Amino acid sequence: MSSVTAGSSTAAATLGLSRTAVRAKVRVRRKGTAQRVRTAISAIVIVIWCLLPFYWMIITAFRDVGYTYDTAFWPTHVTLDNFTTAFSTALGNHLGQALLNSLFIGVCVTAIALLIGTFAAYALARLDFRFKGVVLGLILGASMFPGVALITPLFQLFTNIGWFGTYQALILPSISFVLPLTVYTLTSFFREMPWDLEEAARIDGCTQGQAFRKVILPLAAPAVFTTAILAFISSWNEYLISSQLSSDATQPVTVAIASFAGSQPHQEPYTAVMAAGTIVTVPLVILVLIFQRRIVAGLTAGGVKG
Amino acid sequence: MSTATEVVTPGPPRPVRRGRTLKRNRETRVAAYLIAPTIVLLAIVIGYPIVTAIIQSFQNDPGLNATTGQFVSGGFAGLSNYAHWLLQQCMDASGNTIACPPGNLGSGFWNAAGVTFFFTVVTVALETAIGTWFAIIMNRTFRGRGLVRAAILVPWAIPTAVTAKLWYFIFSVAGIANSLFQTHILWTSDTWASRFAIIIADTWKTTPFMALLILAGLQLIPEEVYEAARVDGASRWRTFTTITLPLIKPALMVAILFRILDALRMYDLPAILTGGGGGSGNATTTLSILVIKQVRAGYNSASALSTITFIIIFIVAFIFVRVLGTNVVRTQEAQQKGTKA
Repeated sequence: MSSVTAGSSTAAATLGLSRTAVRAKVRVRRKGTAQRVRTAISAIVIVIWCLLPFYWMIITAFRDVGYTYDTAFWPTHVTLDNFTTAFSTALGNHLGQALLNSLFIGVCVTAIALLIGTFAAYALARLDFRFKGVVLGLILGASMFPGVALITPLFQLFTNIGWFGTYQALILPSISFVLPLTVYTLTSFFREMPWDLEEAARIDGCTQGQAFRKVILPLAAPAVFTTAILAFISSWNEYLISSQLSSDATQPVTVAIASFAGSQPHQEPYTAVMAAGTIVTVPLVILVLIFQRRIVAGLTAGGVKG
Repeated sequence: MSTATEVVTPGPPRPVRRGRTLKRNRETRVAAYLIAPTIVLLAIVIGYPIVTAIIQSFQNDPGLNATTGQFVSGGFAGLSNYAHWLLQQCMDASGNTIACPPGNLGSGFWNAAGVTFFFTVVTVALETAIGTWFAIIMNRTFRGRGLVRAAILVPWAIPTAVTAKLWYFIFSVAGIANSLFQTHILWTSDTWASRFAIIIADTWKTTPFMALLILAGLQLIPEEVYEAARVDGASRWRTFTTITLPLIKPALMVAILFRILDALRMYDLPAILTGGGGGSGNATTTLSILVIKQVRAGYNSASALSTITFIIIFIVAFIFVRVLGTNVVRTQEAQQKGTKA
């Protein structure tokens, strides 16, 4: 608690400066060195908090299996063996197949959610209609829905109609949480778009189709793209439903990693699991870092967990 | 377009209003077409399972009748599936209602509910406190702010299943947590240690997300308010409690609500990090884990439990919105207007 107090109290004094980033008009004030040092230390604490466990996973992934419990904080006994082990199918692990499954499921879910969600988001953002609040509330409520409440009926249904372990049995339930997220995030983005430009283009002689193609589409593209990333990540990270409804052939990476088997029955293959985790996470982290600004905008606009 | 001309023509306000109603009617029709696919799809993937689950929760499991030896296909069960969980009532071999024996999943309900609420209260409290601090730091200008804002997304981007495996390694008996602090704690099998292992892992992963939501609220506070407080000689703590907190309250409440609903359905972390049990086998069993354990042991009973879980989450959300006056939709709209200005 004391750190919260200290952090917030200095915030009050230095907030004038932080505002300058947003509003250039505010004059720059001299800042005490002590405060600057405190801010720097806090920032370092945040970065360590966020990156240290992630860093630990990566250096373990590159560490020889004989030195699994090495406590050095820098890479030691570097090897690529763990990645070979992670992809090996000799012990009944299917990481390569699982990566393809996750990719396929993620792309399908994202495509369906965007295709259908864009229409709904356009209506919610642009049109004035009755029951708008009800529809918004319904969609928000759907995104907060516990996935576990869907499992029992779906498990039974999919077993009965022979869908158990198929791709569609994994794609359909994922839509239940990806679609609300898509609609909500896109609605927030669409509300902020300068729609007056459409009118302006029409006045300048564009047809409605041209105005849509040349003005609205390029403006909406980043919003749709960001939403696609968020939708894909939330589908990629799903575990609960897939762990119950997938088979060995269709299981996504989250399930594959959670049930990763080693050569010894009672010995967890930590280094190989960390290698698998690195493979699954690093592309995602790179994607997130590249589109950092837009993702933060999407997350805080939608306010829904991805 | 017809409204535009009507608004322009001077006259009594009545035609204007009628024009607006007409426009609204027309837009309602268009909106219905645009929203229909979303609603239909959600009805299929959420509505159908929910209705099925509720119907099933009032059915008996099909099976052999112990007294007659004949196969019975279930039938109406009344509230017995609910009583099984809420009152620990089981059926004995001859169909009489008895108290569930220890080890039966039914006797684990209140424990699971307690564990779920304990996780929810502790993780959300920690994440709110630490997240607020993170947000305040990130709201300042300093060199390397971009790095901090990028780093904050890393825990969020890592799949929970991978997070669980990562902390499983960190908390292993010979792992870095024990060797760093020179301890020999059984993080994944001791009752309280396994609970705290989950709380630590969840706090690590979710605090940055919380910080981002709170930061969005912080950025809306105008600098003038702080200037005024400074002129009046308010202390830093007073400024925080009387200015910052009340002004970020709407954003904070929405963030907390989302987190509470999320924590109440926690599954991935305890299922992987402690194998669903931890300690004596149910130290970290949340309601979601209990449902999954039950699914293969009997659909109808599992349906009742998932319906109970759903109702609990609904009630918590309802109380939160009513008592604390959180208006999720309006708060978010205000935030968007604020960032636009």
